[in-house]
Amino acid sequence: MELNIIVLAKQVPDTRNVGSQAMNPDGTINRSALPAIFNPEDLNALEQALIIKEKNPGSRITLLTMGPARAADILREGLYRGADAGILLTDRAFAGADTLATSYALTSAIRKIGKFDIILCGRQAIDGDTAQVGPQVAQQLNLPQVTYTRRIVDFDGEKITIERSIENGVEVVEAPLPLLLTVDGAAAPCRPRNAYRLLRFQRAATPSEQAADGYRYAEKAAADSNLTLQEWNLAFVGGDASRCGLSGSPTKVKKVDNVIFQAKESKRFTADDEQIKELVAELLANHTIG
Amino acid sequence: MNYYIDNPVLKHYLSHPLLRRIVEMRERGFAEAEKYDYAPVDFEEAVAGYEQVLTLVGELCAEIVAPNAAEVDHTGPVLENGRVKYAPATDENMEMFRKAGLMGISIPRCYGGLNFPTSVFIMLEDLVARADAGFGNLWGLQECAETINAFGNDDQRSRFLPRIAAGETMSMDLTEPDAGSDLQSVQLKATFNEADGRWYLNGVKRFITNGDADIHLVLARSEEGSSDGRGLSLFIYDKRNGGVHTRRIEEKMGIHGSPTCELVYNNAPAELCGSRKMGLIKYVMALMNSARLGIATQSVGLSEAAYREARSYAADRKQFGRAIENFAPVYEMLGEMKARLDASRSLLYETARNVDITACFDELARERTLTPEERQEAKAFSRVADALTPIVKGIGSEICNRNTYDSIQVHGGSGYMKDYACERLYRDARITSIYEGTTQLQVVAAIRYATNGFYATLLDEYLAREVSPAMAPIRERIAKMVTLYRASVERAQSFGCSDTNDFLSRRIYEMASYSIMAALLMLDASANEELFAASARSFTAMAEGIVASHATFIENYTPELLNDYRK
Repeated sequence: MELNIIVLAKQVPDTRNVGSQAMNPDGTINRSALPAIFNPEDLNALEQALIIKEKNPGSRITLLTMGPARAADILREGLYRGADAGILLTDRAFAGADTLATSYALTSAIRKIGKFDIILCGRQAIDGDTAQVGPQVAQQLNLPQVTYTRRIVDFDGEKITIERSIENGVEVVEAPLPLLLTVDGAAAPCRPRNAYRLLRFQRAATPSEQAADGYRYAEKAAADSNLTLQEWNLAFVGGDASRCGLSGSPTKVKKVDNVIFQAKESKRFTADDEQIKELVAELLANHTIG
Repeated sequence: MNYYIDNPVLKHYLSHPLLRRIVEMRERGFAEAEKYDYAPVDFEEAVAGYEQVLTLVGELCAEIVAPNAAEVDHTGPVLENGRVKYAPATDENMEMFRKAGLMGISIPRCYGGLNFPTSVFIMLEDLVARADAGFGNLWGLQECAETINAFGNDDQRSRFLPRIAAGETMSMDLTEPDAGSDLQSVQLKATFNEADGRWYLNGVKRFITNGDADIHLVLARSEEGSSDGRGLSLFIYDKRNGGVHTRRIEEKMGIHGSPTCELVYNNAPAELCGSRKMGLIKYVMALMNSARLGIATQSVGLSEAAYREARSYAADRKQFGRAIENFAPVYEMLGEMKARLDASRSLLYETARNVDITACFDELARERTLTPEERQEAKAFSRVADALTPIVKGIGSEICNRNTYDSIQVHGGSGYMKDYACERLYRDARITSIYEGTTQLQVVAAIRYATNGFYATLLDEYLAREVSPAMAPIRERIAKMVTLYRASVERAQSFGCSDTNDFLSRRIYEMASYSIMAALLMLDASANEELFAASARSFTAMAEGIVASHATFIENYTPELLNDYRK
């Protein structure tokens, strides 16, 4: 069965290799001091997409990312590893988006893509650690969602069987298509870049990049549409500007504190209602929330 | 971590002026860009592509192959029912390199390869050997495809090369229990069966690297009753046809990831590669030259690893209140390791460039007759390639042994323990000066270029090139070394005694080698002072000592001395 698969990916600062310049004095991330990388769990998601494609020849994987112009780098990275196409969703209007505004923008772009069977994304990004964007996209598209995907066990043409990580184990669930899966780091690592694809897709560029000085492959790009990465803005996807970027973001940063993690004591809670109630009460009492 | 990005020396060799000519010859006006979506449109794109692939391999080496190396060393391959099972971590490495499309680096595009020049393949192998020399063997054996490409027929090329590019492994089955350095004594029997028109192989091969490979090149005696090299032919054996089993995997001192096998051929069907009787005298000679360049590369990769291990240990380890890298005996060792490493690499890439251009001319000559000028040029490049190969293999591997030895020395007692990588590097390095022809055999292969004056002429040519002002004094010093070298060659020959020539050949060879490496490093330092000037100066200082010491020995030598050495 030929499936249309969308993988949502984010370019993030490489917070795993933090040097002394990583933070600005005001506690925000100094993005220029950290290399920009493909969010690790989004790579796990891409691998799952590639596995599905291998088992369902003729399937098509479209990588969608929202970000500034340089986020086109991760689209190329995705092509090097086996994705078929890349879309860069980029507009000043998207700047400053929290998870809600981000998921709104991505949802608008997915509606613009139109046909899809499976949407895959990483569980969370290493710069924000919210794990909200995937579920919010599913919600806005009114799709079933399976989070913490570890492995796709089977797809019989109608329903998909998924192994997902839960605390202390795994759970196997079934779901109909279309759906959204968030994939966690316990899933198979992404396959490497492929030399043949590297040589071919090092020419892939967005229209803006193709128009810039120093782009050497205009002739090739004119002959091979796969070498043009889509570049979509707000007007193109037809979104509501007030729901995008800062204006569409209910999250307001009040202040940023530098914290030093010190595990003094820990407490384990199980997932039953009684314990959750106890935890919420405790967090309210010590003003962690509320 | 990335082994390509953390080593700017490699990028320097990618920017060598001769590389443009190599790439342009190899790509034939970049005509394949029309036909293959991954073929470059021009030189700049080709180099950008090499860099992309070098970066990819640099990452795989640093993130996967190197972290797996200790486990591979521990586990090693096992023998199960006549078949070799790699260590699981070796399988992981292989799988990763297959998925990354790295198994047909220099195979032509029409057979599914990347069509990279030898110089770039060598750079990739340099990275792999630094991560795990044993894995470097398994991966590097893909270069045997070049023998099928050069000497096989169209049918063989189209059947075998795409399989190799897709990741099937290779071996070269030459050595036998009674035919090691002396390959003319190979006994494995090839019999032509008139009934089905096929060749069948019977006998035993020993010490075969990756002996359970998918596709084998086999040297066998096809001419009944013959006893020398002219009775040997080269065959291709395809594992899919059966008939060969692995009887034993050797237990080795090092390169544990690379299975060394004893093979039994029992009526194994095989096909002739090229012409009968040309097996040893033409094809294996070509194969060996390429294999020797491979071992030279492995040596440089190991040297690099050994130097880095020592460098980082010496920076961290404190004694008497200071990091030990601040003590003269330690920084002397480190500086010499770096100088030797850089010198052997400089020679490696010079050799590779000459091998590259030679191969381009050979390829061209298969298509059309070369013009007299082209023939002359081709001959000049191939002569340099042939003359430098035994030096880079011999001295490169000796340097690698010395560097891994010193790496342990810098580590002190800790280096003798299994806790540090340097002991594995030391064991892995030991084979480099033995297999594919011992250093002593490299001397034999090289010495004619000393006696016929070729090395001296080559040195004159290097010294005549333009150098930076900073390197001008170095050139003067190397010129003095060349004078000593010439005098020593002359004196050795003056006795008119072949025993003397044989006895002194190792010293003559080392004098030529160290002078050539110093000259090449001087030229590299002229192009990039920051990367090479320190090594050019310290290596020249070391080389002067070696050359002077050999010159003194030869100066004082008389043939009577031989009696004191012989039993």
